Amino acid sequence: MARRLFTRKRDGNGRGFGSSDLQRADRDRFLFRRRLGVAGGLVFVAFAGLFARFFYLQVIEHDHYQTLAETNRIAIVPIVPNRGVVTDRNGIVLAQSYSGYTLEIMPAKVKDLDATIDAIAEVVEVTPRDRKRFRKLMEESKNFESLPLRTRLSDEEVARFAVQRFRFPGVEIKARLFRQYPFDEVASHVVGYIGRINDKDVDRIAEWDEVANYKGSDYIGKVGVELSYERELHGTTGWEEVEVDANGRAVRTLSRTPPVSGSNLKLSLDITLQRAAEAAFGERRGALVAIDPRNGDVLAFVSKPGFDPNLFVDGIDPANWQEYNESPDKPLLNRPLRGAYPPGSTIKPFLALGALTSGKRTATQTIFDPGFFQIPGQAHRFRDDKPGGHGTVDMYKSIVVSCDTYYYLLANETDIDDTARFMSNLGFGSKTGIDIEGELTGVLPSREWKRQRFAGKNYRDEHRKWYLGDSISAGIGQGYNAFTPIQLAHAIATVANDGIAYPPHLVKSVQSLKTGEVREIARDAAVNLGLRPENLAVIKNALVGVNKEGTSAAAFRNAPYVSGGKTGTAQVFSLKGEKYSEHKVDERLRDHAWFIAYAPADKPKIALAVLVENGGFGAQAAAPIARKVIDHYLLGNSAPGAAPVVQERPGDDESD
Amino acid sequence: MLNLVARIWEALTRRIDRMLFVCALAIVGVGLVTLFSASDQSIPRVTSQLASFGFAIALMWLFANIPPPTLARAAVPLYAVGVLMLVGVAFFGVVVNGSRRWLNFGVARFQPSELMKIAVPLMLAWYFQKFEGRIGWKDYVLAAVLIVVPVYLIKRQPDLGTSLLIAASGFYVLYLAGLSWKVMIGLVAVGAAAGPFVWQHLHDYQRERILTFIDPTRDPLGAGYHSSQASIALGSGGVVGKGWLNGTQTHLDFLPERHTDFIFAVFGEEFGLIGNALLLILYLLVIARGMVIAANASTLFARLLAGAITLMFFTYAFVNMGMVSGVLPVVGVPLPLVSYGGTAMVSLFIGLGVLMSVQAHRKLVAT
Repeated sequence: MARRLFTRKRDGNGRGFGSSDLQRADRDRFLFRRRLGVAGGLVFVAFAGLFARFFYLQVIEHDHYQTLAETNRIAIVPIVPNRGVVTDRNGIVLAQSYSGYTLEIMPAKVKDLDATIDAIAEVVEVTPRDRKRFRKLMEESKNFESLPLRTRLSDEEVARFAVQRFRFPGVEIKARLFRQYPFDEVASHVVGYIGRINDKDVDRIAEWDEVANYKGSDYIGKVGVELSYERELHGTTGWEEVEVDANGRAVRTLSRTPPVSGSNLKLSLDITLQRAAEAAFGERRGALVAIDPRNGDVLAFVSKPGFDPNLFVDGIDPANWQEYNESPDKPLLNRPLRGAYPPGSTIKPFLALGALTSGKRTATQTIFDPGFFQIPGQAHRFRDDKPGGHGTVDMYKSIVVSCDTYYYLLANETDIDDTARFMSNLGFGSKTGIDIEGELTGVLPSREWKRQRFAGKNYRDEHRKWYLGDSISAGIGQGYNAFTPIQLAHAIATVANDGIAYPPHLVKSVQSLKTGEVREIARDAAVNLGLRPENLAVIKNALVGVNKEGTSAAAFRNAPYVSGGKTGTAQVFSLKGEKYSEHKVDERLRDHAWFIAYAPADKPKIALAVLVENGGFGAQAAAPIARKVIDHYLLGNSAPGAAPVVQERPGDDESD
Repeated sequence: MLNLVARIWEALTRRIDRMLFVCALAIVGVGLVTLFSASDQSIPRVTSQLASFGFAIALMWLFANIPPPTLARAAVPLYAVGVLMLVGVAFFGVVVNGSRRWLNFGVARFQPSELMKIAVPLMLAWYFQKFEGRIGWKDYVLAAVLIVVPVYLIKRQPDLGTSLLIAASGFYVLYLAGLSWKVMIGLVAVGAAAGPFVWQHLHDYQRERILTFIDPTRDPLGAGYHSSQASIALGSGGVVGKGWLNGTQTHLDFLPERHTDFIFAVFGEEFGLIGNALLLILYLLVIARGMVIAANASTLFARLLAGAITLMFFTYAFVNMGMVSGVLPVVGVPLPLVSYGGTAMVSLFIGLGVLMSVQAHRKLVAT
């Protein structure tokens, strides 16, 4: 019997014996116990072996290892690599490292911290701000960490302290690399900043399997490209084998593996354009994203107000932190990525393109606008901006004068899910995939979206249902719609580039310092949306009309190039049918102003979206900023004069 | 009132095996004390470990109250789900540290190989129970296939350490079920012959670890550094140790991974040979109690499962201490109930819970 081969049996004659179940069970149990006994014996032997090994190490060889431990003075000291430099597209430095001296304290080795700091203050300057920052670092740090009290010591201060060093055990001068952002607030949301490594960063490093490479590194990218390209910028840590004396100070270097500096990043950003764009905002809050439609290069990326990244590098002091964190202007909010605003009328050209594509409208088809739209059988009037209406309106006019009624009627005839499907092709409602972190998807409303949004227990079925009224408000870019500035910039760039969409990106290339080799950042391939050229021509013609004779004509008066654009106004505050009057509402409740544009019209080189928070009307607040940026980009710094000043809105008859 | 408290207490502790629990508690205590030192007196680390411990004993209690037949019913679905998830990992897994080991479920990531540590012995024990009394050579072959499939999938993640541990857990069931000595010796012979072939298929880092094990000075900064610094820590600890929080190797930063896989070096440095002997005895007590429970179990399923769990507990302890003291190569196995980490703590206490269930639910069959 085959079984005999595999189960060793005492009786050795297979089935013949133990035909009774009870006998078999007994025999099996006996067999099992014997096997278990053998295993138990092995366990005992293995543990005895371990004990023997411990005995060997801890008793027989104890003296040897004791000596090794005592002379374990060969410390392996990491040498932190130089962090890569970040430049704009023309090689202008936006972030760099330089070496300097810090005065560091290891709190665990100091008995009376306050007294020590007071004593140090007699030798080198220690401001109250330094003390506060140090306290904050201590709260966040582990026990045996060495923490900076003062950074950027002058040579003289270093010399003064060195003479008195014996007085301060646990206090040391260390050479460190500092990060500096020469443009301060300009492009702060793009470049970001580095900061001290915290517990969350430690997990991140472990996930990359880079723990060894970050030994000795105190800083890591926290925001912007400093964060998203951390692994390129950091470099490879070097090692130094040093002999240390009884106090742990290095006496002699035994061997050295030099570090490899981090790679340099070249951004697609043009810092002079960026600076001009930020200046154009003045004190106003808002966002601007300018993209080269031909390849997705982000040329300018503004989030106003910004912040000074230099303050974060050594741990921000509590006063500045509080100011940034609690300001109602939210300077730390990355508005182009994380600000989701109703698009207002800037949505109209995209909806018109959708209507042409689906065949719901032709370019020449007209509607009559009496100044409002009513859902049949309902009393509510969806108003147009112009009280008497725009009269007979075709597609060109609907965009140029921004006629709401045209789009109310279109929304009335179009299923919201069809609209959402078309709009999602243009990138609305999803991340554009730009190469910095934190992007939001915004809201592209559809039946499914509303069901999910109001799925919670606090809502009833009537909240989840899609109503025709929802479609009508969504049809002019209000209602549930909420898009980020980068989504709008991406969409207008896609239209400008005849339906070929490039994912926007900030980093053009990475230059390895080791090999000197420059590597272009691999990008997602362009997507051809397959839009029909004749439809695109209709829309682009209307967009050109907007800047020539429409809502933003004033802002683009006398421009030496032809451009296309569209204004928009995002409601912050629902007025429930009342007429909107700018001076009546509180500044914070004023509408947001939008403007999207591209130029030159025939071969677009720049496409952008501008949002001015609480700016009021798009034509007035946002379009002049766009004009300045386009002038700067196409005409250079020598552009004749600034954009013309736009006069106050002449009357209520002009739409946004 | 007092009566009620007594009754609740009785309900809570009825299925808890006192000796197993007290020994495990003592080992966890040793772990927390050592962790405090190893983490440079980090209270958050200790509280986080305590939280894992609390969760783990809740699960232990739960499993102690699940009768073995219920566990047996879960064997096949658990195994099938585990293998499916491993296949899922191969196709959709999340890559961490260059290995594809994780499945992302949106809210949490899950490492299916952890599940297989329980599912494989469970499945095999179920199988042998189901065909009890008519086990032939074909059944052993099939059992071997049941082991090899997950082991292969985990090996190619790649996670050689875990795949070997799971192979061991399956093998323990086969061994306890009565696999012939001849076959086992034959397997060892085949294994030795296949050595050079396996060597060719190892990853560079795996070869590096084995070479370093043979000669720790090969790579003093990498795996060899771990190994020699750990030996220095243990050796310099001597008979009575340097005292709690006084290990120089530990606190002067010479010991790597000292709160996870190498925590035993911290313990050995600070508590010496006496401490080590005490810990070995605690482990032995747990293992001995597990074996007694296995020997007294009433069904074949319970016997095999309890036996395999006990032997796995031994394996983890032995492999970790062997690695730290330099008699085994450096593999990523935590020291049971001592190393920092929630997952290992939870699965070990689940194992102890199963042992308690086997003990509590044994029918006192008069034979």
